[in-house]
This record gives sequence, C-alpha cells and structure tokens, in this order.
Amino acid sequence: MLSYILRRIVATLPVMAIVALFVFSLLYIAPGDPAVVIAGDQASPEDVERIRQSLGLDRPFLVQFGSWVWRILHGDLGTSIFTNLPVSAMIGQRLGPTLSLMVVTLLLTIVVAVPLGVVAAWKAGSLIDRVIMGFAVFGFSLPVFVVGYMLAYIFALELEWLPVQGYTPLAQGFWPWLENLILPAIALGCVYIALVARITRAAMLEVLQQDYIRTAKAKGLGQGGILFIHALKNAAVPIVTVIGIGIALLIGGAVVTESVFAIPGLGRLTIDAILRRDYPVIQGIVLLFSFVYVLVNLMIDVVYTLVDPRIRY
Amino acid sequence: MDRRTVLKGLAGAGGLALTGGLSAPAIAQGAAARTLRFVPQANLANFDPIWGTQYVVRNAAAMVWDTLYGIDSSLQPQRQMVESEEVTDDGTTWTFKLRPALKFHDGEPVLSKDVVASLTRWSARDPMGLMIKALQQELTAVDDRTFKWVLKQPFPKMLYALAKNNSPCCFIMPERIAQTDPFKQITDYVGSGPMKFAKGEWVPGAKAVFEKFADYQPRQEKASWLAGGKQMLLDRIEWIVMPDPATAAAALQNGEVDWWENPIADLVPVLKKNKNISVDIGDPLGNIGSFRMNHLFPPFNDVRARRAVLMALSQEDYMRAIVGDDTALWKPLPGFFTPNTPLYSEVGGEILKGKRDFDAAKKLLAESGYSGQPVTCLVAQDQPITKAQGDVTADLLKKLGMNVDFVATDWGTVGSRRAQKTPPGQGGWNMFHTWHAGADCINPAPYTAIRANGDKAWFGWPNSPGTEKEVTSWFEAKNLDEEKAAIGRLNKAALDDVVYVPTGFFLSYTAWRKNVSGITKAPLPFFWGVSKSA
Repeated sequence: MLSYILRRIVATLPVMAIVALFVFSLLYIAPGDPAVVIAGDQASPEDVERIRQSLGLDRPFLVQFGSWVWRILHGDLGTSIFTNLPVSAMIGQRLGPTLSLMVVTLLLTIVVAVPLGVVAAWKAGSLIDRVIMGFAVFGFSLPVFVVGYMLAYIFALELEWLPVQGYTPLAQGFWPWLENLILPAIALGCVYIALVARITRAAMLEVLQQDYIRTAKAKGLGQGGILFIHALKNAAVPIVTVIGIGIALLIGGAVVTESVFAIPGLGRLTIDAILRRDYPVIQGIVLLFSFVYVLVNLMIDVVYTLVDPRIRY
Repeated sequence: MDRRTVLKGLAGAGGLALTGGLSAPAIAQGAAARTLRFVPQANLANFDPIWGTQYVVRNAAAMVWDTLYGIDSSLQPQRQMVESEEVTDDGTTWTFKLRPALKFHDGEPVLSKDVVASLTRWSARDPMGLMIKALQQELTAVDDRTFKWVLKQPFPKMLYALAKNNSPCCFIMPERIAQTDPFKQITDYVGSGPMKFAKGEWVPGAKAVFEKFADYQPRQEKASWLAGGKQMLLDRIEWIVMPDPATAAAALQNGEVDWWENPIADLVPVLKKNKNISVDIGDPLGNIGSFRMNHLFPPFNDVRARRAVLMALSQEDYMRAIVGDDTALWKPLPGFFTPNTPLYSEVGGEILKGKRDFDAAKKLLAESGYSGQPVTCLVAQDQPITKAQGDVTADLLKKLGMNVDFVATDWGTVGSRRAQKTPPGQGGWNMFHTWHAGADCINPAPYTAIRANGDKAWFGWPNSPGTEKEVTSWFEAKNLDEEKAAIGRLNKAALDDVVYVPTGFFLSYTAWRKNVSGITKAPLPFFWGVSKSA
C-alpha cells in the first residue's frame, strides 16, 4: 500500500508539470495586460511599457516560463504583481476560510445526504422517496448564489439568527467561526447534498435487491442494522467516489459562495487575480487546486480498500 | 432570549470542548464605537499611491500620508503640511517652509529631504508633476524645514498641483521610501497622515485596517476635504471588501458594517426604507459618462462620422441606463466639464441639446463615406456603467445604419485592447466606453481625457489643435475670468472635433448607519470628523 501511495504521489509530478505548462501558456495568450491595470486609466503608453518592463512581462515566453519553473522548483510561487506580497503568503491567508467552508460543507453533506439517500431507497416509490428526490431535483436546479441570497435574506435579515457575511478564524472561538459558515455551507452544499443523496439511493437500491440482504431479513435482523451495516457498507464505493468528485464541485462552488458571503477565501482570490491578470497568483492557485484534486483522488483510492476488502493495490 | 442567543450558547459549549477553551476576545462597547467598518468602492490590492493610481488606493492613502497642500470644498488649494510659501516676482522660484513638529508614523520628524524625495517620485508619474519637472531647474532642501523649487519658467498652477485630489496626489513619504523607483512598488507604508496602515492585518481583496496615529499634528482650521484640521475621532477603521453589492446592502442593514461607499442605484430604494440607514449623494462632483472613438481609422477618423453620432445620441438614454429613473441622479451635459464647478461651460454644446435628428445624422454619416464596414465596439460587461452605456451605443449605431461588431468582454481586456493602434480588424478597435470622476474634469490639469495632442493623447488619439491651444491658454490664465474664457473656447473646440463623447453627468449615493455622523459630501471618503456612537 505504501509503495502504491508513493508511486501515485510521484505520478502527480508529470500531471502538475502539464498543468503548469498549460496554465502558463493560456495566460500568456489570453487578452489583457496587468501593466495596463496597474498603470491606471490616466497612464500614458510609455508608463505602461515601463511597468511592463519592470515586471518582466516584456521578456519572451520561454524566458518567462523558464524563470517561473525555476522558482517553483525552489519552492517559490513568486510574488503578486499587484500586492507585491509572496503568492504563498497570499494563499496562506486565504486557505483557512476556504478549508473551513469545504470541511463544514462536506460534513453537512455526509450527515444529511447519506441518510436521505438510504431512507429514499428504503421507502422507494413512496411519498417520502418522492419528497426526498424532489428536494434533490430542487437542489440541483437552484444556482448557488440564488440559494445564498435566499438564506441570507431569511436567516440573517429577517430572523437575525446568523450574520450576512464574513469569516472569523477558529482561533477566535468555535461559535463565531461556525456562525459565519452555516449559511454559506448550506448554500454551497445544496447541489452536493442532492448529488450524494441520489447516488446513495441508486447504490442502495441495487444492494437491497441482493440475496444477502434477503438472508439478513430472514435471520430477523432489524431494519437499521440491515440498512446501515450490511447495505450501506456495500453501497459505499460509488458514494465515496461521488463525494470525491464533489470536492471539485466544491472548489468551483466556493468561488461563487465566497463572493456572495464575502468570505476571504481562495475562490475570491482566484476571481480577483483573474480580473486583474495577476499571473503569478493565478498560476499558484491553479497549481494548488490541481495538487489538491490529485491528492483527493488518491485518498479516495485508499478509502476504497477500507470499505471493500476485495480491492487491493 | 432569541434563537440566536440559544444557538450561540449551545454551540459555544460545544466549541469550548473542541477548541480547548479558545473564545472570541471581548470587545468593549466603547472600543466597538471607535471602530468604523467601511465598505470601499473596490479592493485595495496594492498600497502605493504613486505606483498604483486607482482611486481606491488614493482614498486609503489620503488617511495614511499627508500632503503639502490640500484642496478644499471650494476647489481651492490650502496649506496643509506647509506653514508658508514664497514665490519670486518672476514666478520661477518657490520657497516652502514646513510646519514644525510634523512626524512620520515611525516617530521620525518630517524633514525637507523627505519632501524633496517625495516630490521627485511624484513628479515622475503625475501629469502635472511631469509638467513641473519639464520646467525644473533644481529642487533642493535648504534646511530641515525649508525647500526650494526653481523653475525655468513660471508655473502658475503650482499650488493646485501640490493640493489636488486627483490621482496620484502629492503624498509625503519618508526619504528612504520615496527613493523607490516610481515604477516599482513600495513595501514600507510609514506615513505622515492621521492614520497608520496596519500592514499585518492587510488581506488584499478582503480587509485593510487603519489605526489612529497619536502623534499626528492636525491644523487648527476646520477640516474641508483634503484641507484643514484632520481630527480623527475614530481609533480604528476597517475596510471590508465586498465584491457583491447585495451582500454589502444586507450587511449594512444588519449592522455588520457602518458605511458603504457606493451602493448601486438598484439597491438604494431598499436602503432608504431602512430606518437605521441614511442615504445621500456621496460625491457632489459626480461622474461623466463617456465613449471614445478611435480617430486613427475609418469611420471615426472623419469628423463628420463622429459628429453624426453626436447629433443622434440621447444623453437621457445613457443616464437612465446607468442610474435608473431617479432624475435627481443625473443631468444632461452639453460639454466636458463638471457641472456646478467654476469652469463649467456649455459653449458649443448645441449639438447635444434638443430633439435628436436621425435624418441629418444619417446624411452626415453618408457624407463621411461610411459604407457599412464593421464598427468594433468594446464593452466591458463586468462594469455596470460600461455595460449600460455599451448597450445604448449599440442600439444607437444600429439606428444610424451602422454595422456594429459588439465585443462583449471584461475591463481587463478593454484596458489592454484600447492601447492597440492596429486597425480594428487586426486587434484594434473603433470605440470603447468608460467614465471619468467629476473631480478629474473640473479643469484641464488632471483631465487626461480632454487632451487632443494626437499620438500623445489618451486612447483614441484625437488630434485637435484648437483644443490643445485652449488647454495651454488655461494653464497660462492669470485669473478666473481668463480661465473661464479659455474653457469656453476649449469646450467648443473639443465638441466641434468630438475629442470624445460625453454621455451625461451622473451622481451616486453613499449610505451609512445612523449611529455614524460627520460624513461629508466629497470626491473621496474622508474619515476625519467622522464618529460613531454605540
């Protein structure tokens, strides 16, 4: 297992290299010029050119790419063109809020979606099943920002239970941390809950037709034991897979959610960097996200071996 | 006890167990009342007001760095860090003396050498500074509090240049910081103004914090914009960046922020209904909407095509598209200068007044030789003002029978593409939309967009000798009457040649919680004199 994990980690290196080249090339050919944005509306073309030179943006593509790769290999993600701060420091500032949002959303999803899917499968065809699946369709259909605005209006403005926006680090207290994340996590989690609930239901329906379930029922096992010990464990592989895939959804959804709830996370940093053409920041974030994605896939593969003893690497 | 309190209690108990007893620091009510939470117009992505000339940087910098002179609400320069000045009869030698006991945030005194270094850096980037630099013979520190600027020719607008609120302002920094290449960003933010920048708490794109500088020496006069006594009644100002206007509106209603600099027009009615919120015009100098045509390529290299567009356009259409139906927020602008300011002029503005004459416009367009070639119209969709204007322009050009190539893109792309001098079919353009702060359009000094000196002019590169002649006349004017006369002629020449197209004058609101007082109408948010009750 350990050698498998090591092999997979080593295999991420060419993936990251391809991502790096792709991102760098894309940004190089994309329209827009950070020097123009920095210089401001009143700047002369000469000013813009001087700024471009001072940023090294006038150098040939290969020189720029080579110098960027060299820095990456030395663990340096570069310096933001706009803030003059190290990209790693900027990512570090934003990691906490995004990680918090993703963890709370993930927990919320698992706690809500898996039992809903199990119950829907157990009561397949009933009103309960239809209500749950109706909710799933609803969750799929509503854009994150619409859910976000609705939640903020009801729970923050009307009921005044929760804040509209912002983020408080965990170090300043659990409740201040959590109260800022409840609404964003629900908004972000809606699609995810819908997806996981539907997959759980489908996987459970298949498992519940199996002979060993009939045997368990014949032995007189309780409904809870059958559903959550025998059936759910055997339905776990597709559920774990979709939870893993969903992390990519979370990364995408976090961009919108963080804007709606003014959470200073990586999603907002990404948008800001793209709009300003802050190349080093965009490159750093994309590299980070691709690394996280590869890592999540690896973790899912490892989890397979825990839920299904037949899988061995 | 409401549900939030119960939830707080329950989760707090759970949280104590999870975090080993970490809890939020108690903030005394008085401290909360001395902290103002402000939502700025944009993200403070960098903090060098000479290197980065965005308004948001200027606005934050006005708290942290003081200026030698400050413009007041009557648009006159007043002494600020300067105690006195002398100018020789021939107008070529200016000698300035600093006020005593001025200090930087690191405790060091403000000396003439700091001022000389700051002026040198500023004059390398600012349009007026560049004009002074071109005339400069020497700029020297005479002693610790006296410095001298010797010019080859008189520059009558010297004090205005040092006082103006247009970016980049002439901020005074310590010599070691001001010696930074003006095209490179500073990394040390030691200032001379009434607030210190808390660099450690800065999260670009999310938050910037400013703390009161106890050793600041305010002037004794009443504060008026950038002039007078900058008395800070707040200990701490937090700038909270909110990219989403709906979120900012909700946060203001919920009391999570105290002041929102520029609420969008659509949300103002909601804010006005809230009994805890005050809404008023923020900047009395407002903004001038505009679109610029490329004077280098057909069809707009022919003045008849440019005038045809001017004859047909309705400024009301543009203004309603930008600010909605609130007629208090806009007015037509048959000229280029900010309404309600001393140099406002409508001379030559007849072409923008009265009933729109499409038949005459079409005839003039045909005379210009236009024969249906595509007109590349750049429209940034991520800026509500440019998007609204772009939609109106596209409709207008179609009604004139023009073939519109509507390029929907983002502001970053417009920013770089508009600099292209290649033909429209080869990466260039025919027109793009923008707007100008009214504060930048009160006279020709900071007004880059009105310049019409061909290759050296702003994007679109208009060449109008008549306009340029009157710009010079204004700089040389010796009194207000001469200035007004020059501006009248300038307005007419610029409209005759259609240097650019003004689409109207519009104002915008600012909104704050009613427990905040002292907010003034000004071209930028001033925090001196602002206080907050619990």
